[in-house]
Amino acid sequence: MSEPTLSGEHSPEPAKPNLAKPAAERPAGEPLLEVSGVTKHFPVLDGFLFKRQVGAVQAVDGVDFDVRAGESLGLVGESGCGKSTTGRLVTRLLEPTAGRISYRGQDITHANRKELAPIRSEIQMIFQDPYASLNPRQTVGSIISGPMEINGINPPGGREKRVRELLEIVGLNPEHYNRFPHEFSGGQRQRIGVARALALEPKLIVADEPVSALDVSIQAQVVNLLQDLQREMGIAFLFIAHDLAIVRHFSQRVAVMYLGKIVEIGDRADIYEGPRHPYTHALLSAAPEADPDDDRERIRLAGDVPSPINPPSGCRFRTRCWKAREKCADVEPPLVRLHGNGEGHLTACHFPEEPTTAGREQDVILDPALAAIEEA
Amino acid sequence: MLRFLVRRVLGAIVILILISAVTYFLFFALPADPALLSCGKNCNPQTVALIHHNLGLDQPIPVQYWHYMVGLFAGRDMPIGHCNAPCFGFSFANQQPVWDIIKDRYPTTLTLAVMGAAIFLTIGVGLGLISAARQGSLFDKIASGISLTGQSVQIYFIGPLAIYLFADNLGWLDRGHDVDWAHNPVGSITGMILPALVMSVIFWSNYSRQTRSLMVEQLSEEHVRTARAKGMNWRYVFFRYALRGAMGPIITIFGIDLGSVFGGAIITETTFGLHGIGNLAVAAVLQTDLPLEMGVMLFSAASIVLFNVLIDASYAFIDPRIRLA
Amino acid sequence: MTTLTQPEGQASPQDAGAPFLSVRDLYVQFATEDGTVKAVDGLSFDLERGKTLGIVGESGSGKSVTNLAVLGLHNPRNTTISGEIMLDGQELTGAPNRTLEKLRGNKMAMIFQDSLTALSPYYTVGRQIAEPFRKHTGASKKEARDRAIEMLRKVGIPQPQTRVDDFPHQFSGGMRQRAMIALALVCDPELLIADEPTTALDVTVQAQILDLLRDLQQETGTAIIFITHDLGVVANVCDDVLVMYAGRCVERGSVREILKTPQHPYAWGLLSSIPRLSASVDVPLQPIKGTPPSLLNPPSGCPFHPRCAFRDEVDGTLCQDERPPLVLDHGRGSACHLAAEQKQSIFAERIQPLLGRAG
Repeated sequence: MSEPTLSGEHSPEPAKPNLAKPAAERPAGEPLLEVSGVTKHFPVLDGFLFKRQVGAVQAVDGVDFDVRAGESLGLVGESGCGKSTTGRLVTRLLEPTAGRISYRGQDITHANRKELAPIRSEIQMIFQDPYASLNPRQTVGSIISGPMEINGINPPGGREKRVRELLEIVGLNPEHYNRFPHEFSGGQRQRIGVARALALEPKLIVADEPVSALDVSIQAQVVNLLQDLQREMGIAFLFIAHDLAIVRHFSQRVAVMYLGKIVEIGDRADIYEGPRHPYTHALLSAAPEADPDDDRERIRLAGDVPSPINPPSGCRFRTRCWKAREKCADVEPPLVRLHGNGEGHLTACHFPEEPTTAGREQDVILDPALAAIEEA
Repeated sequence: MLRFLVRRVLGAIVILILISAVTYFLFFALPADPALLSCGKNCNPQTVALIHHNLGLDQPIPVQYWHYMVGLFAGRDMPIGHCNAPCFGFSFANQQPVWDIIKDRYPTTLTLAVMGAAIFLTIGVGLGLISAARQGSLFDKIASGISLTGQSVQIYFIGPLAIYLFADNLGWLDRGHDVDWAHNPVGSITGMILPALVMSVIFWSNYSRQTRSLMVEQLSEEHVRTARAKGMNWRYVFFRYALRGAMGPIITIFGIDLGSVFGGAIITETTFGLHGIGNLAVAAVLQTDLPLEMGVMLFSAASIVLFNVLIDASYAFIDPRIRLA
Repeated sequence: MTTLTQPEGQASPQDAGAPFLSVRDLYVQFATEDGTVKAVDGLSFDLERGKTLGIVGESGSGKSVTNLAVLGLHNPRNTTISGEIMLDGQELTGAPNRTLEKLRGNKMAMIFQDSLTALSPYYTVGRQIAEPFRKHTGASKKEARDRAIEMLRKVGIPQPQTRVDDFPHQFSGGMRQRAMIALALVCDPELLIADEPTTALDVTVQAQILDLLRDLQQETGTAIIFITHDLGVVANVCDDVLVMYAGRCVERGSVREILKTPQHPYAWGLLSSIPRLSASVDVPLQPIKGTPPSLLNPPSGCPFHPRCAFRDEVDGTLCQDERPPLVLDHGRGSACHLAAEQKQSIFAERIQPLLGRAG
């Protein structure tokens, strides 16, 4: 294996067009949001009489990525991987423990309320639970015009006219201006959340599991709406979800997280067709595909994701990895461009896999119960 | 588990110290000069100064409080004589050690409170369980009607009524007399049945309603459905799964009610002419007998805090999520 | 309603004609303050031993309600159940509680979605597994405990002899769902109903659990009803699929038929609204317009007609007026007024291209 390229270093020569994906798929936008080394540790308190810190939930531990104008970066991973925390750090709903977050070149890592105010309107958030994130006592009109009021924005023609426009954009009846959230279905409520996020004409929307609480037939409605916003209004997305197929459908670039770290990041095709990290392989292999002729590789890990309170040393995935060796416990693998990988495709692994998801000669079965039954 | 309990006990001690400090300052530092109160009719400045000195009132208040606390745990010498631990001082009214008076009165109140609580828990929870098991039945409707009535009556109203009916007229029950466990244990119980029953009435309606709604909620819990899906019979699931889940909240409500239980016991004592702590407290207030008031107050607070610790301990017993946390 | 034709050579060993589980014209209605909810509205299906039937539908389609009816777990106070549920020749609707209690957890068992709420927090995992075993087999405490340990080992819990004394909250999510499976399988049930058993789990854990269920089924020959909203999960574990909408079966067939050549517009809608890992990313998703209907007041005729994109291809107002029958041929069919040729051509020309694999 040749020397891996270090992460964060962009090669000086212009990116060569990759044959696997059309150039149009990679908007050459300037980096809107740059995140480097961002860390969030939640203290764990315990003690006999007086609480003191005995450890930390390492929710997010030194992640680097950027989101370019107009693109969608998908953030996937299982519970406890830190993807939602990352979303909240980026929108500064949480204060990072370390690292740097900058928006359009301006450092906002520890910006105060006043400094954040102009940026808050440009970065908006959509939440998972459309039931919990709307105030039940406010009309749709005041929910959506709220952000404009707070920021003192008076659109031409008045706020009410703007709200009606927004309702129309997200596919709701503008006549429903005076209705309350409970009069809407789950999908419609999520549309209200989207309209609220759009009220300030954001440049970046952080969408945290925006469709996972919705019925299957409704999910597609919301995904299509968000896709229209991205394409037609040029809004960039940080799209956080656990559903790999939806992330693939929605995001041009994808980062895979495991226990607070990004283990692999790259263009959509890199991650889904040529993954190198064993965890990405396992995750893709586990995603159920509605196809009886599915012939992808079969990898079955053992056990659950370990607790982020005391994550494993070295590579955090090593305790569930079939390729783990001594080095994995001792040395944390850097997130780098591996030999043979495209530009921007970074992997954090000492012993990467082949870049294919095709079926293997021998399934990888680590689960002891499965292995026992299948051997018999 | 042990840590949990030790932490609760230490917390309780801190609370007691706070209560003692607050009551001390309220009683001795704020109102009229206690020396004047204990000085009697022919009072002159010299006597007042002497009493001041005798009561230690000429010392700074924190020092007085310190002496009071030391006396509580180790006893102290007072101008009237030595006062053994736990020393609450001497009553102004009859110069007896306050602790002796409390010791004398406490069994009546405790018996009344414990018997009353046992009765209202049995009747209240029992009615609630039957109502929950037969939701919408005639029994359920009658029980909820009775509960509503029970909640709106007062002890001093039904007390005399009950004495007239059950004691004087029908002669089924003793009309209520003080307990004397050492010499008359059976009489201690029979003498307390009527007061305890009357006292329980204002409580059991609440418990039957709460138990019913808790059980209805528990019966729709998924783990109850799982138990049914395992083929366990209805009665088993009702008691082993649903009631088990409802027990924690019932105990919580009981813990909150402890103060009112003592309050109820005090009103009941007065209604039935019993000589318990409540009766004592009323007398102490009427005579402005500050050491006695202070003693009763501290002692009642300590009892309630102690019972609360016991209740906390029972949570750990009931819920493994607390026990093993 | 047409009766089902049994596939050749799949008859149950006891009785050549009768399937292992047969549900006929099942109606389940709940009385609520707002009116009567028709949760299941005339449902019929069969299940053979050793087979897995997937019941697919969105929330409120009646898939869970159906299966609680099979186990007899509905509250009789507000529920009216009519129709016929035959398990191995035994009628379950209207059967006395004692009869059902002997079958539940024994001959038929259930796995619930959320193992944290479905297991009691007050008893050890081992006790909860041992309980039905003692009840149904009369085993001693010691034997039941050994059985619980054996079951925990079978479902892949490490150190089962110590974990048996743990409480559910001491298990991780995946481990708890395994314990739930151990609990359901402790008496070797012949029918297992799994209600969204992996929905609450992480995807890598879900894959382990699905494979485990499938492998255990091959070992024991249990018949499984698998309730899910996830067509990917269906493809993984099911032999046959029943698609439910508004309390009715709108389409039935083998898993291959449903996923590869679906006939009902609702099934088309479901398939074209989910993104796939293998599809081209340039093909937009085709959502189903509108929202699922209220079961208090379901639409007349075909319950799907207000959302159906192909209603105009049917003559007149048939879809609004008349409920389409479920016509089955060898266990395959759909309840739709479109003619068979129409279904074929619409699917081939307009739906298939949306589902295609990336070139």
